[in-house]
Amino acid sequence: MGYLVSVMTFASIWAVLALSLNILTGYAGQVSLGHAAFFGIGAYTSAMLAVKAGWSFWPAFVAAILITGMVGALLGLPSLRVRHDFLVLATMGINFVVVAVFKYVDFFGGALGIIGIQKPQIFGWTLRGWGFLGLALAYLLLSLWVSDYLRRTWAGLAFATVREDEEAAEAMGVSVPRFKIYAFAISAALAGGAGSLYAHFLGSIFPDHFAFVESIGIMSMVVLGGLGTLRGPVVGAFALKILPEYLRVVGDYRYTLYGGVLVLMMLFQPQGILGEGSWLWRRVHTWRDRLRGRRVFSPERRPSVTAPPTNPSTPSPPSNPGRGVLQGEADEHEER
Amino acid sequence: MSTRKGDGLLEVRQLSRHFGGLRAVDNVSFQVHTGEIVGLIGPNGAGKTTVFNLISGFLKPTRGTIHFRGQPIHGRRPNAIARLGIGRTFQIVKPFAQLTVRENVLAGLGHGIYPSLDALRRHYHNPKALARADAILAEVGLASYADARAGTLPIGLQRRLEIARALALNPVLLLLDESAAGLTHQEVEELGELVRALPARGITILLVEHNMRFAMRLCERIIVLNQGQILAEGPPTAIQKDPAVIEAYLGHSGLGHLPSASRR
Repeated sequence: MGYLVSVMTFASIWAVLALSLNILTGYAGQVSLGHAAFFGIGAYTSAMLAVKAGWSFWPAFVAAILITGMVGALLGLPSLRVRHDFLVLATMGINFVVVAVFKYVDFFGGALGIIGIQKPQIFGWTLRGWGFLGLALAYLLLSLWVSDYLRRTWAGLAFATVREDEEAAEAMGVSVPRFKIYAFAISAALAGGAGSLYAHFLGSIFPDHFAFVESIGIMSMVVLGGLGTLRGPVVGAFALKILPEYLRVVGDYRYTLYGGVLVLMMLFQPQGILGEGSWLWRRVHTWRDRLRGRRVFSPERRPSVTAPPTNPSTPSPPSNPGRGVLQGEADEHEER
Repeated sequence: MSTRKGDGLLEVRQLSRHFGGLRAVDNVSFQVHTGEIVGLIGPNGAGKTTVFNLISGFLKPTRGTIHFRGQPIHGRRPNAIARLGIGRTFQIVKPFAQLTVRENVLAGLGHGIYPSLDALRRHYHNPKALARADAILAEVGLASYADARAGTLPIGLQRRLEIARALALNPVLLLLDESAAGLTHQEVEELGELVRALPARGITILLVEHNMRFAMRLCERIIVLNQGQILAEGPPTAIQKDPAVIEAYLGHSGLGHLPSASRR
């Protein structure tokens, strides 16, 4: 049972990592292959505050979130100058630099890492096993809430405009640099908290825990589940964290799995298994409708031009005599 | 900050933009007054879109100044210029393809909140913003497409969406970059009616146009650019008769072939 709890704890931590990368890549369209750097910075911040400065877990956890968020804003600066594939290369570079700093600077413990990180305590009770899993799940819920809240805000809409077209975003009054930095800071802060949990759960951390290949792993989780959704990154993280533990064959070839997932998803389901319009998500809708005893009329749920959706919950546009000059003509034109 | 008709709203003075050795815009000066519909025409490569990009901040001038409502705006970032009240459309449409038509318009309605930290707190799906977005969509005739993804619209409707998005900025000056390009005859007519109604609402129009009949019928004043310089400026009737303009468009033998604007 302890093993299962431990696997679930890691899965929860990685689900947060996937959700945090999702804010940066899924919402704001900034592809980062260096996300493990933020994970590592959070872990090292928390671990060093705990071991070297003697802080207890809770303040160290909060400090890890804040400091990683600030470093994230700073490391987001390259994204203001480079786009697309060059940004991918830049974030990869950042990942290697951060790991090298952990490894070769004695202050950070060098290759020996940091050991003896204590478990969190709450009211004199030490969180381990189920208790720690509860903490990890609570942080996962918080991350889900942040992700959901964010995408409903004006900032969430601004992220989407930056992702879709930076010039058009600017023409709408969106400062593209400002919102890229926001995305980096929020994404890094969440990942920093995950790093803190990881450090205190494991008790010891080493530079290689945060290597480039972990960034690839996080990215494959997001891509597997569905970029831009909330369910996708969580399901992707749990799938890719749990599978290798229970299928030995898969475990031995974990990195092959990450790479394979990326290639196959890009080829066949770029929206992810649970993304909007994916094969599985359409099935889920069909099954749900059948369970409710409804007949399924349209497999395609997206609104399309040929059949403008008639959604009763949407308020109909207010009539505006004198201003709706084109309305009548437009309808005519549509039927033509 | 009066908006009395006739005020100098936009003042472009000795504006130049060079790309290497190419003088895309070369010492151009003109004014746009409040309430006008002004057309910027000229052969391909005359520098029309470059002028638009300079005014909207997507390019920085090599030399010269641009004043909007009396304050200098050259060198400001595009998002700041948009928030000052200059909306623009793009010649090559740039819809937020994955967003719905309504969300595209909402994106423009957020211009006041983006610079504040409130943007991270307040929801955009609020009744006030949705009602405003739907009113704008109704105005441009896109109401029935509000829930469609912008990327799925045909080009004619995407051009209207660009205008709807720019109107969401609550602009004082609207820059229309070849909004009639690729539209059917009927769509052009509809567009004309839409644009003609805007000055009454306090929106001044500067438009770049290749569709000569559209520009001639709509604009009170036309500025003709050729090879980065102003070739002629005046009311459409005078521009049509201007020998220099006819020569720039058609060469010497083309006299009399410029499309007529008599059907006003």
